[in-house]
Amino acid sequence: MRIVFKTSYDKDIDLHEHGWSRAKIAVLAAIMVLLPFFVGEYYLAEAANTLIWALAGMGLMVAVGHTGQVSLGHAAFLAIGAYTDSALMNAGLPFLLSFPIAGIVTGIFGAIIAIPAVRMSGIYLAIATLAVFAIVEELVILLEPITGGVGGIMAPSIQIFGISFDRYGALDNFYWLILAIVALVTWGYANLMRSPTGRSFLAVRDSEVSARALGINVTRTRSLAFGLSTGVTGLAGALMGHYIGFYNYELFSIFISINLLLVVTIGGLGFIQGAFLGALLITAVPQVIAIARDGLNANFGIDLGGIPGLDTMIFAVILILFIIFEPTGLYGRWLKIRTWFEIFPLARRDMFRRQKSYLKTERMK
Amino acid sequence: MSLLEVKDLAVHFGGVKAVDGVSFDVSPGEVFAIIGPNGAGKSTIFNLISRIYEPTRGTLRFDGKDITGLKAHDIARLGIARTFQNIELFDHSTVLDNLLMGRHTHRATNFIQDILFLPKVRREERAHRLRVEEVIEFLELEAYRTKMIAGLPYGVRKVVEIGRALAIGPKLILLDEPASGLSVEETQDVAFWIEDMRRDMGLTVLMVEHDMSLVNQVSDRVLAVANGKPLAMGTPSEVQADPQVQAAYLGTAVEDAA
Repeated sequence: MRIVFKTSYDKDIDLHEHGWSRAKIAVLAAIMVLLPFFVGEYYLAEAANTLIWALAGMGLMVAVGHTGQVSLGHAAFLAIGAYTDSALMNAGLPFLLSFPIAGIVTGIFGAIIAIPAVRMSGIYLAIATLAVFAIVEELVILLEPITGGVGGIMAPSIQIFGISFDRYGALDNFYWLILAIVALVTWGYANLMRSPTGRSFLAVRDSEVSARALGINVTRTRSLAFGLSTGVTGLAGALMGHYIGFYNYELFSIFISINLLLVVTIGGLGFIQGAFLGALLITAVPQVIAIARDGLNANFGIDLGGIPGLDTMIFAVILILFIIFEPTGLYGRWLKIRTWFEIFPLARRDMFRRQKSYLKTERMK
Repeated sequence: MSLLEVKDLAVHFGGVKAVDGVSFDVSPGEVFAIIGPNGAGKSTIFNLISRIYEPTRGTLRFDGKDITGLKAHDIARLGIARTFQNIELFDHSTVLDNLLMGRHTHRATNFIQDILFLPKVRREERAHRLRVEEVIEFLELEAYRTKMIAGLPYGVRKVVEIGRALAIGPKLILLDEPASGLSVEETQDVAFWIEDMRRDMGLTVLMVEHDMSLVNQVSDRVLAVANGKPLAMGTPSEVQADPQVQAAYLGTAVEDAA
């Protein structure tokens, strides 16, 4: 077991508790940066997709994991981000401008939606955000001059200072661009959670009444959280548009919303790391299922290709199993395994008995 | 001049008169206790002062300023801190974070500065931490600093809640049954802390309490309420000697004694 000897308050304020954890992040970053040299185009594109999902997952994590606001409408915010970015670029703006604007526009939209919606909590908020999703989906179809309507829209190729970041022409560059954006957002997110703003989010999540008594404006805090959440999701949507290249409203279906909720729940609610683990799972499982299906067909002559909805069913089973057996998600499970090894052989069976899930905000009396 | 002035305070929930015409004032540096049987409206008075409930009539003045129209989240900034009868801590955070959340009214950075973690944010964090460490030292919470609330024993949580209220740096602290569920030794600690809050920190304490030994020990004046109405006010011994108060607690005590 590692004992960290703290000699100043800065040790608690710093992002990493000790040098070892800093080194681990450095190694991980190095592997991610060097990835294009080791893997082929197919897997690099998959890695980029996973990073985009992790970005969207971080967006939703702010709302669901850290402020306790369940949203079923985040596909709508992906769509707003994607369409804003593509439309601005089609109008001639460079990516360096259109991308942050897409995030800000989505964030402001989300914060405005949140002002009436944050008065609701739990299942009611989930239904309200679902309604927002339905409205945005219709709007996308109706605003044909901007969005291309049912026909769809083209996400232009990214150029920054004359260097191409095209999804197909320069996949390495595109991947590095996404990696840089994800790293930056992760850093900002981690900063947020160690600052007064992040603490006010947690306060609102765990007890609204005492948050108020401490001087926290609950409505403003929740809409700020929702705005930040949707803003980051909007950035992910913009990247998703570029990743797909040509898309219409069908890309941002309700299943995307549900998959995003899976990312944060299975990954581990309330942990930034959870967004990444969840994204890894959600993007890898369909591939694994596809490979397994081909394998079964080739080796045993069992053809499962004809069964519709098999992927969705397997996803559903995974989600149910996680909610029943591991409410803290993949990251929570990892923490337990790590603790077991760190204090070996002193782990007891009931050590982690006291655990509750975060999906509850009906505390306000 | 009194620090807190409550005048003809009333709140009615439909036909239920939870609090009906309660008046009192608390002087600076005083320990003022509100007692009464269950359902007398003691905690409701607290919820009215911390603006969780809207009073039907009456006024609240703090430090010479009318606070009747303020929002619940504006109260802490004025210097009024409170604890809750059924502990309302942030269960999934550490003791340290809970206390730091108490520093919210003193934050000087906005969310953009926070996201970028500018040097100012770090400076502020250090200052908050220093203040919180003083509270930790005062309440002897050093051993629990990095423990999650969810795993702590009841008595410790009760103390953490007092600590979170103190972290605000208040002028007036409202303690809602600080001794309920505590052992005799823990109650004695609370009594000493209340004394110290008054003497060393210059705080004014308003508390609701059932434990009469604690009330007798620390409070200067006591207000007894029953069914939302004030019964008697005065020193602890005066109030306990009041026949109306005895009747409210014991029913037929007056007749029996006679």
